Amino acid sequence: MSQHTTQATEEQVLYAAILEKGMYAGLALMVITFALYVLGVMPSVVPVDEISIYWSQPVHDYLVAINTNFLHWETLPTGWSWLKLLRYGDFLNFLPIAILSGITIVCYLVITPGLFARKDKAMAIMALAEAVILTLAASGLLSVGAH
Amino acid sequence: MQGNIREKVGVLFVSLMCAIMLSPAWALASEVVTMDQIPAAGDPGWWKWPVILLFVTFVMGIIAVLGGVGGGVLFVPIIGGFFPFHLDFVRGAGLLVALCGALAAGPGLLKANLASLRLAMPVALIASTMAIVGAMVGLALPTHIVQLALGGTILGIVAIMLTAKKSTVPHVPQADALSTALRITGVFYEPTTKEEINWKVHRTIPGLLTFIIIGFMAGMFGLGAGWANVPVLNLMMGAPLKISVATSKFLLSITDTSAAWIYFNKGCVIPMMVVPSLIGIMLGSFVGVRLLKVAKPTFIRWMVIAILLFAGLKAVQKGLSTMGVSLF
Repeated sequence: MSQHTTQATEEQVLYAAILEKGMYAGLALMVITFALYVLGVMPSVVPVDEISIYWSQPVHDYLVAINTNFLHWETLPTGWSWLKLLRYGDFLNFLPIAILSGITIVCYLVITPGLFARKDKAMAIMALAEAVILTLAASGLLSVGAH
Repeated sequence: MQGNIREKVGVLFVSLMCAIMLSPAWALASEVVTMDQIPAAGDPGWWKWPVILLFVTFVMGIIAVLGGVGGGVLFVPIIGGFFPFHLDFVRGAGLLVALCGALAAGPGLLKANLASLRLAMPVALIASTMAIVGAMVGLALPTHIVQLALGGTILGIVAIMLTAKKSTVPHVPQADALSTALRITGVFYEPTTKEEINWKVHRTIPGLLTFIIIGFMAGMFGLGAGWANVPVLNLMMGAPLKISVATSKFLLSITDTSAAWIYFNKGCVIPMMVVPSLIGIMLGSFVGVRLLKVAKPTFIRWMVIAILLFAGLKAVQKGLSTMGVSLF
């Protein structure tokens, strides 16, 4: 009777397709990068047999410790600074995590023009606002106090 | 006969896993390692914790599916309470665990039109914004305060699980003005009754306001928030149970993304604990779906409540002990 109404909307199907591709890409890459790291194919900033020394500390102390002992940078390795460390196995694993965390932003950006074209203004503005908020969170501009 | 044996094996397996998790040996694991932390040189047994983590999250994935809860709500209190990892890293990993579960399920639920993008979008906008605030507050507060609040929240979730009712298709006499304007409505096919069910929502503004709190807590504790999303979407806003569960699962892919970025940018991600956790919980979820046919949901639900109760009390005890207060 109302076969069409039980179908997902055009933007919903588009969103799902992009989300699916990003999810598979991220997960596949995660398995590969973790294997490269844990099997010692690539060098790591923190040796695998020393990481357990650091993971029980608060994040600020952990970052200070790995910076003091291994990186010797002027600033702590936060935000997008991991991009400079992609040649190391441990930080290469940040790439699939960033893909998995970032794919939703792509989904929102892709469906927004279609929503505007269909004059679905309220949803289009919400999609755009969501993309902006997630991009802001991803940018690293929102600083957090350390404890 | 064969089905009976499979049922017994399934129940026995889940019982054994729960017994292991509730064992005092696990309760002492974090203390033992804390006392013995910071060895002078590399640890030749470094691989033990990731392997244990893989095993425990695998079991957690099974129990999460069978108990009808998200992975994040089990991950944070259990790993935070009984493993040597600092709560900052556990919360970061917890968000990624919940995020990956949502990413894995999201596309299928959207395509099947069970998760509603139109229902999720306004909710997600509020929840994800507040999850950012929650994450920032959670990372700025002293660990023992977060631990204590986490324990209180987990005990609250136990109370919700014990008391909350569900409504398969709630009665919504009339959609409110906001949901009508946003066209938050839909139709889904219910195979058990072979009916097409038209649904709409009401009390949209109170529902959206509730997501201010839910988003904040999701970001602060890294819990995911399916435990709160479903009752609000179902009981408060009147979405059918199937739509509520599916939309809630999809919603986590947005809410947890925003908070996950805050933890990620702050440095709260250690691949050696995140990746085994993700692999373990996803493999466990696959097995859990298969066991779902033979396991007894009521029995497992009670076990999940028992695990959460124990983990919640453990979090409260850890928070209080840092403040010099002895609970037991």
